[in-house]
Amino acid sequence: MQVYLDNAATTHLDPRVMVKMKPFLEGQYANPASIHGLGQSAFLALAEARRRVAKAIGGEPEGVIFTASATESNNFIIRGVAEANAQKGKRLIISAIEHPCVREAARELGRQGFEIVTLPVDKEGLVSPAELEKLMNKETVLVSVMAVNNEIGTIQPIAELAKIAHRYGAYFHTDAVQAVPYLKLDAKKMGLDLISLSGHKIYGPKGVGLAYVNPKIKIKPLILGGGQEDGKRSGTHNLPGIIGLAEALDLAYRERSAYLKKVKALRDYLWQKIKAEIPEVRLNGSLKERSQANLNVMFGYVEGEAILIDLSQKGVYVSTGSACSASDLRSSHVLKAIGLDKNYLNSNIRFSLGRFNTKAELDYAVKCLKSAVKRLRRFSPISSLK
Amino acid sequence: MPEVSGQAPAALQPDFKLKIKHMALNYTKKTLDHFLKPKNIGRLNNPDGFAQIGNMVCGDQLDFFLKVEKGKIKDVRFLSFGCASNIATASMMTEKVKGMTIEEAKKYKWEKIVSDLGGLPQQKVHCSVMAVEGLRKAIDNYEKRQAEGKGKKVAKPKKPKATAKKKK
Repeated sequence: MQVYLDNAATTHLDPRVMVKMKPFLEGQYANPASIHGLGQSAFLALAEARRRVAKAIGGEPEGVIFTASATESNNFIIRGVAEANAQKGKRLIISAIEHPCVREAARELGRQGFEIVTLPVDKEGLVSPAELEKLMNKETVLVSVMAVNNEIGTIQPIAELAKIAHRYGAYFHTDAVQAVPYLKLDAKKMGLDLISLSGHKIYGPKGVGLAYVNPKIKIKPLILGGGQEDGKRSGTHNLPGIIGLAEALDLAYRERSAYLKKVKALRDYLWQKIKAEIPEVRLNGSLKERSQANLNVMFGYVEGEAILIDLSQKGVYVSTGSACSASDLRSSHVLKAIGLDKNYLNSNIRFSLGRFNTKAELDYAVKCLKSAVKRLRRFSPISSLK
Repeated sequence: MPEVSGQAPAALQPDFKLKIKHMALNYTKKTLDHFLKPKNIGRLNNPDGFAQIGNMVCGDQLDFFLKVEKGKIKDVRFLSFGCASNIATASMMTEKVKGMTIEEAKKYKWEKIVSDLGGLPQQKVHCSVMAVEGLRKAIDNYEKRQAEGKGKKVAKPKKPKATAKKKK
């Protein structure tokens, strides 16, 4: 049996999305920038995708900029907005639990003389609007807080945060890569000036991202060239990817309630079962303000990667919420930010549920998990938890 | 409300099942074998040498126990809080140094563990270094005890309680 519980890393392409993409990989191959008939037909499809995407996130089609990834979107927005609006101020606020692509883009601005301020989170993994209020001033150009965290799934009060940012004349950006469809995004109503999204986290294709930039906001392009996307992002459009992203986003919101019900039931079942069958486990982050698909658990006395590799041998695929996960040996900055005891930073597993998981799969996963943890604990030198 | 289908269509299931059977990071099969069935795992009562290296904060800790007879490593055991390669490297090393003289064991190199395992992922090589350092530390401890009092009973290392066993 193979059980994929790493849907926050990437998802399985929805077959219905693939059906929509296929014509653009076959007959409809023309460049939407070409002015001949075939090109213009591609252009119409692109315009339609743009309109659908704008509608799904409550924004204007002119604000929709297609990119190659959410990492690109985050880099483009953070750096592009800061640099184009530097005359307003050279100060940025980002939360302590942002994705590395936001953190690194901000660090680059730091090297260019911008002041980067970190907005802390509480032990539940939540940002406090009052805390943001304290950090705001008139020199702040941009506030960036991710909507749903990739490691612990916590959902931030982004509408409230946006309101505070606006009161001080700053723009508000949210990395919403993990937020669809858990959060109903609405750029206008929620005051989201800038949004980053990705195709492959929502059962869409890889290699396509989205930067929503309120058309009133000045932004400096990251990629220069033929002037596509109104000069804001050059490069030939990845039309099959864009069509796929639009379709995936549409499906995600159209089927939102059934989907959320399903993943929540699975997630709750998984957590109950883990708690019942394995002693000395703790949940990281708030259970209430959390994406219905995410579970991040600390397993006492054992190292996370060892659990992951043991499970992987049995066909159960998870992720470590921490160190040794792959090429990266640093502990999770997210778990550090929520104040997890430093002794526990290396004992965490992230489970992210998805559309294609079943209860039977979870039964198998917990069976494997139980035996893996038991085996590893048998020879752990650690004798007590704090 | 459209139905959310429970199972990915068969046509879209990955078709590389066999190939991924023994893959994780890019550990060799040998490394995975030592991780899944580690040799010399556990503790020794009244060891002649003991050492602890690493800690939970760094993400890996190894405890080594030595029994020495006539200058030879008669038995060696270890406990691990660590990743797959932490366990596998210690397992491989203990298998190799058991039976060696203390002098031979002192010269045992981490590079040997890496080659005996058929290679380690770049970011995991430090595990083999740590295993060797732990062994040397345990030998140091043994030699110190020898020097301190021939025949005198040396205090046991603080014995960590086995947590998993207790919970049964």
